[in-house]
Amino acid sequence: MSGYLDMDLLRFTTAGSVDDGKSTLIGRLLYDTKQIFEDQLEAVERASAKRGSGEVDLSLLTDGLRAEREQGITIDVAYRYFATPKRKFIIADTPGHIQYTRNMVTGASTANLAIILVDARKGILEQTCRHSFIASLLGIPHVVFCINKMDLVDYDEATFTRIQKELEDFSSKLEVRDLSFIPISALKGDNVVERSTRMPWYQGPTLMYLLENIHIAGDHNHIDRRFPVQYVVRPMTEAWHDFRGFAGRVAGGVFRKGDPVQVLPGGLRSSIKGILIGEHEVEECFAPQSAVITLEDEIDISRGDMLVSPNNLPETSQDIDVMLCWFNERPLQPGGRYALRHTGREARCVVKEVKYRMDINTLHKAEDPTIRMNDIGRVLLRSAVPLHFDRYARNRSTGSLILIDEATHETVAAGMIV
Amino acid sequence: MHSYRLTHLKELESESIHILREVAAQFERPAQLFSGGKDSIVCFHLARKAFFPARVPFPLVHIDTGHNFEETMVFRDALVKEHGATLIVGSVQESIDTGRVQEETGYYASRNKLQTVTLLDTIEKHKIDCAIGGGRRDEEKARAKERVFSHRDEFGSWDPKNQRPELWDLYNGRKRPGEHFRAFPISNWTEMDVWQYILLERIPIPSIYFSHEREVFDRDGVTYANSPFMRLKPEEKPYMKRVRFRTIGDMSCTGAVDSPASTLEEIIEEVASSRVTERGSRMDDKRSEAAMEDRKKEGYF
Repeated sequence: MSGYLDMDLLRFTTAGSVDDGKSTLIGRLLYDTKQIFEDQLEAVERASAKRGSGEVDLSLLTDGLRAEREQGITIDVAYRYFATPKRKFIIADTPGHIQYTRNMVTGASTANLAIILVDARKGILEQTCRHSFIASLLGIPHVVFCINKMDLVDYDEATFTRIQKELEDFSSKLEVRDLSFIPISALKGDNVVERSTRMPWYQGPTLMYLLENIHIAGDHNHIDRRFPVQYVVRPMTEAWHDFRGFAGRVAGGVFRKGDPVQVLPGGLRSSIKGILIGEHEVEECFAPQSAVITLEDEIDISRGDMLVSPNNLPETSQDIDVMLCWFNERPLQPGGRYALRHTGREARCVVKEVKYRMDINTLHKAEDPTIRMNDIGRVLLRSAVPLHFDRYARNRSTGSLILIDEATHETVAAGMIV
Repeated sequence: MHSYRLTHLKELESESIHILREVAAQFERPAQLFSGGKDSIVCFHLARKAFFPARVPFPLVHIDTGHNFEETMVFRDALVKEHGATLIVGSVQESIDTGRVQEETGYYASRNKLQTVTLLDTIEKHKIDCAIGGGRRDEEKARAKERVFSHRDEFGSWDPKNQRPELWDLYNGRKRPGEHFRAFPISNWTEMDVWQYILLERIPIPSIYFSHEREVFDRDGVTYANSPFMRLKPEEKPYMKRVRFRTIGDMSCTGAVDSPASTLEEIIEEVASSRVTERGSRMDDKRSEAAMEDRKKEGYF
């Protein structure tokens, strides 16, 4: 009963090519951890019967929108939830086909872990490379390759070993801290939650064991103090007459009462007078906590500013070198102007230079530098005001930005600062 | 040595507070939709934390079908009074009286669908540019794909195939005049998280969530509270029973569960062992497989 006070949260994303059995895997995770309710199962049984499929199709558990149910594919990121006594899990279930790569980037942006499905019969496909590259680019700390449909290759060890070797060779070109490989059958349930009896040659953990036990506390930056100011709290009541607190979510490091801080931009220094989390006065706050910080000195600070440690400053520049993922039907316009959002700051920017477009199947520079929907490229932006940032590899929060089309207000790109 | 690790509830709380502050910072006239149900109560609790020691900088909006549980209304008024909140009421009865919508008839008549028009009218009347809701992605499959900042066109419609990508915790609230947003701060919470958090924070909730004796009747395998708003079929006979409610909606579509749970601990135990989702007792979702998706496209909560 009190167990929930010790649970932590793991966010993961799932990616695979069409028909890799991704929906079946998620259905299997939910089903075998007993997260499926009777009314959901009944609905799936009804739908399976309507389609004429003989057995209950677990993939139907996760097919959300009507268009998807009709076409039998997933077209948008869907979030799923389940919990075991150890952990709560949030799954960003992202579609596999090429035209919706933007959704995989979206799902990957908040994930601690990525599951990439590989069909044991087919081995590495173009999309496997694409998904692995995106996981690496988006800085997901843990990547698990599930070699699925082992039942269709007679649970053959040599097949698994060959694919693992190919994946290892390919992944050596990527920056992923932690790689795992598991032979599974999502359809039959082998090595998902229950250990397979049909693959005695495999000694590693089941997928569920890995999800429950992988170390994630180190995924946040607790070193570089970064507090982007989101909102200024001014009660202007009698009890809190002169109170002026800076609300934000800690993006890095640990802030303690009495710590010296520097305010960016401007560079004025002060020290921390108090920290509130909700209505509670606390001694310290750390990433990713939301807090309100008060300072000893009266300094004019507003949304978009940042409190940092005076001996550990982020970079400050108007020239931003980014890897961009492009999401819009209209290609990136060299020389074009966009609105840029970075932490709580919004600024206009201009595309100064397209350095190259990446061919993400070969991981080489492509010949045609035009960056179209679902392309990824290295771009130099010039913003109207200086930004205070870290490299994305160092800090996923102060190192990320989005671009917004100023006419349509659509989010057109995600950027990882290099 | 400190471990700098957050429990799942504290991490969810932190995320929700961040979202609520983004809404306050990015919009001129946000408002929080408040039904008196547990999700909207938790949302308001999080909003109080987000802006403490200042007051919550937006009003509460109640879309009132007129078919309310009395206990919920008493609770709502007490909460508004205690926290000095501003309350805006959008009345479905008024929408019916002015001919904006037509009352359904028959045994299954419900004002649930009519609420959408009242909601959109209220949003327009008060020039609300972002309506904060207590929707959760685990509730229903159409909700699973909802963004935290969800864009609505000038007709209040949701276009599930053309949603803006939402990355990291960077939310894009930009829009054209006449358009508005819905924001869902507790998107990533499950029913269990909400109950555990209510227990952890000792948040008061309406009494009908706890087991109580009430006059009920059975229809299509669901037990409903008897009330003047329900038209009973000849064979439906009201009787007294110990029940509680797992969700609080309009009386005409909220089913009761047979339950002795009278404390938060007992409710959590019951939710943990339950084999039916909370929306399993909602008549409004049973109309068709895509019922929620259709209502959401039209501008429903």
